[in-house]
Amino acid sequence: MKWFRDLTLPIEASTTARDIDNLYIFIVWLSAFFFLLIAGLIAYFLLRYRRKGPNDVTPHITHNLTLEITWSVLPLLICLVVFFWGFNGFVRANVAPLNAMEIQVTAKKWQWQFEYPDGTRTINDIHVPIGKPVRLVMTSEDVLHSFFVPAFRVKHDVVPGRYTEVWFEPTKLGTHQVFCTEYCGKGHSDMLAKVHVDDEATYKKWVEEGDETLRTMPLPQLGKLVYEEKGCQTCHSLDGRRTPNGGPSWKGIYGTMEEMSDGQKMLVDANYIRESIMDPQKHIVRTYEGIMPTFQGLLREREVLGVIEYIKTLK
Amino acid sequence: MANHPTTQAIHSPVKEDVSVNYITSPKGLMSWLTTIDHKRIGIMYLWAVLGAFLLGGIFALLLRIELLTPKETIMTAETYNKVFTLHGVIMVFLFIIPSIPAALGNFVLPLMLGAKDVAFPRLNLFSYYIYVVGALFGITAMVTGGVDTGWTFYTPYSTTTNGQVSMMVMAAFILGFSSIFTGINFIATVHKLRAPGMGWFQMPLFVWGMYSTAVIQVLATPVLGITLVLLMLERSFGIGIFDPAIGGDPVLFQHFFWFYSHPAVYIMIVPGMAIISEIIPTFSKKTIFGYKAIAFSSVSIALVGFLVWGHHMFVSGQSNLASVIFSFLTFLVAIPSGVKVFNWLATMYRGSITLEAPMLYAISFLLLFGIGGLTGIFLGALSVDIHLTDTYFVVAHFHYVMMGGTVIAFLGGLHYWWPKMFGRMYNERLAQIGCGLVFVGFNMTFFTQFVLGSRGMPRRYYNYLDQFQALHAFSTVGSWVLGAGLFLTAGYLLASLRKPYDAPRNPWGSRTFEWETQSPPITHNFDFDPVLIHGPYDYRPEKKG
Repeated sequence: MKWFRDLTLPIEASTTARDIDNLYIFIVWLSAFFFLLIAGLIAYFLLRYRRKGPNDVTPHITHNLTLEITWSVLPLLICLVVFFWGFNGFVRANVAPLNAMEIQVTAKKWQWQFEYPDGTRTINDIHVPIGKPVRLVMTSEDVLHSFFVPAFRVKHDVVPGRYTEVWFEPTKLGTHQVFCTEYCGKGHSDMLAKVHVDDEATYKKWVEEGDETLRTMPLPQLGKLVYEEKGCQTCHSLDGRRTPNGGPSWKGIYGTMEEMSDGQKMLVDANYIRESIMDPQKHIVRTYEGIMPTFQGLLREREVLGVIEYIKTLK
Repeated sequence: MANHPTTQAIHSPVKEDVSVNYITSPKGLMSWLTTIDHKRIGIMYLWAVLGAFLLGGIFALLLRIELLTPKETIMTAETYNKVFTLHGVIMVFLFIIPSIPAALGNFVLPLMLGAKDVAFPRLNLFSYYIYVVGALFGITAMVTGGVDTGWTFYTPYSTTTNGQVSMMVMAAFILGFSSIFTGINFIATVHKLRAPGMGWFQMPLFVWGMYSTAVIQVLATPVLGITLVLLMLERSFGIGIFDPAIGGDPVLFQHFFWFYSHPAVYIMIVPGMAIISEIIPTFSKKTIFGYKAIAFSSVSIALVGFLVWGHHMFVSGQSNLASVIFSFLTFLVAIPSGVKVFNWLATMYRGSITLEAPMLYAISFLLLFGIGGLTGIFLGALSVDIHLTDTYFVVAHFHYVMMGGTVIAFLGGLHYWWPKMFGRMYNERLAQIGCGLVFVGFNMTFFTQFVLGSRGMPRRYYNYLDQFQALHAFSTVGSWVLGAGLFLTAGYLLASLRKPYDAPRNPWGSRTFEWETQSPPITHNFDFDPVLIHGPYDYRPEKKG
């Protein structure tokens, strides 16, 4: 059945994935059996008992107690097996190991923010070491969201006004996709994130210095990556078009004068861009609403420099 | 008092003159607008729900075209969010919930009982006009900005987003009363207007199904009504019940909402099953197997269906204990549905089976509802649900039960009772082709979505990762095949209305009361006083003399 798992399921990358997949496959077998039984009986009956003529007489069979009890009790027992198996897996999925590393998660339209115990903060990206349990304590700043990592088989709604949790222990190195899976408006399907599962050494290096990409990628390229992965593209276009309910396009803005809502004109230079990122409410471009969130503490220095260099390239 | 027509009269090949019937007499638009004839009201509901089906279906085709490619295909994200919301709202509130009870049930139920009409004919007309008013509110909301919350209106998104949320919610609130009044009417009718000799266990199973549905309609719909009012108050006055920013609890909304909306899905499926219970014995020319089991299963689904709403909320933040209890009860409620399927199969065993369109639809139901029900097991299992909930797997599951189940049964019932309602036979060959296209197109569209979901594709997504595109494209092509089948069906059904009356009283050889009167019936249904002579599924040869 490996081909079936490979076809219909993501890779198994956590300790809880295997049991969930096993139950899934069991139900697949069950469903296939009963479906083929029903379809087979239908096909057989349609052939064997097709009408021969207008005067056919059929037997007056009104019930059969033994049969009816059997096909009530047997499915019930099977359902109870499935219930207990699922209950068991559910308990394990909901109770994190005591030694799990805790990461705080804040969801907001349309971005995932993470905070580590040592204060490190990231957007749409976390690094975790392989083979160690991690517990995400999550809340939302606005509407319902849901944190879903298919490869780990974890999912839980992220609710404003309270904390909810998921936990996982990764078993496969690599980068695993995170989706928001509770409808939250325009940017719902772009509210993605990544879990990077590193070996111990790589993880240590990341904790100390930030990841390889961050440290070595040429600035304009890094800026483009930040644009795509940290949420900028939801509100700022690159083609000059105004984004509804968003912000100004970045096309050709470097070096131009922008008019603010209070009438003053400002030059779009490195300082202006930095201020827009860190303190976006300070000056708001005329005709736009002041809805941009601050990225203070969420972008590393090199990422901010990257964005500035990237904007310079956008003619 | 006139006596029962003889068997010969019912099956007579000699065409009787049916030019005086409930359609032709009385004449004039006003006679329709002020009618209290359950048959005319049923027909008016029928055109209304079919119009809603068309509108909801167009939205579905549009959104599937958008999903042909990731990112923008034919519309922006904001538009897409409105389109999937309106597709859901129209299909659930304007089409599926009223479809079988109000359109087919209104027409057929009194006839099956041997009655002249429902217990409260004026309430019946009133319920129709309430539907019309609710529909107008809904259409107004659609054309003046629309709604982008999803048909489930989860808070706090629905209490804080722009758009015509309050008006759309008002529409659903009003439509709820149409449902409640239909339910009250059917309950009273079944209790009080059965023909002499027809005890509870001599009623057709369609009636048991409609009765059980009516109980749900009356008990559950008010909860939705109150919930929607609270939602409107939250939006307008910030009362602080659902939005945590002002002290409310978003999960509370989900409890209120699903407390109705889960029983609502039984309002959708139980009537569908009720139709299947009529079609299979008729087209097997054999008595139904396990009458009492089927009757009681309808009632138990109706009752236990009130206890499982939390299975929509396993990852919502409700307590783990609640989730465990809801999962357990969900497996219990699955059993009566399974019992019905086995009983229908046992009915076909050693029957004398023909495959006209109604039976083709019934067989389609067995297969598609079978898949729909079995995939419910995946979702009822707590650990597997963690992975599958809020993905396309759920979308596939509910389309299999709501469309592959209810809509297929509705189409089967429509074909089954079409000759009785309109006095004309439709083109049988085209009907078989239509059913085939619908069956193939439906599976192409929705089976694919099980795989999309288990592979991790979230629902309500405008944009998606490239790896999902092939499956999305295939599903979209399937929607075209499905649409073609449905348009073909609409075509030949409407075309049949231009023919002269050619339907006999009992084209299918069934044993229930509605087939003993002319097709279409006279206004007062029967020109004799119906008295129960044989059971509704008694196909034993009649004694001579």
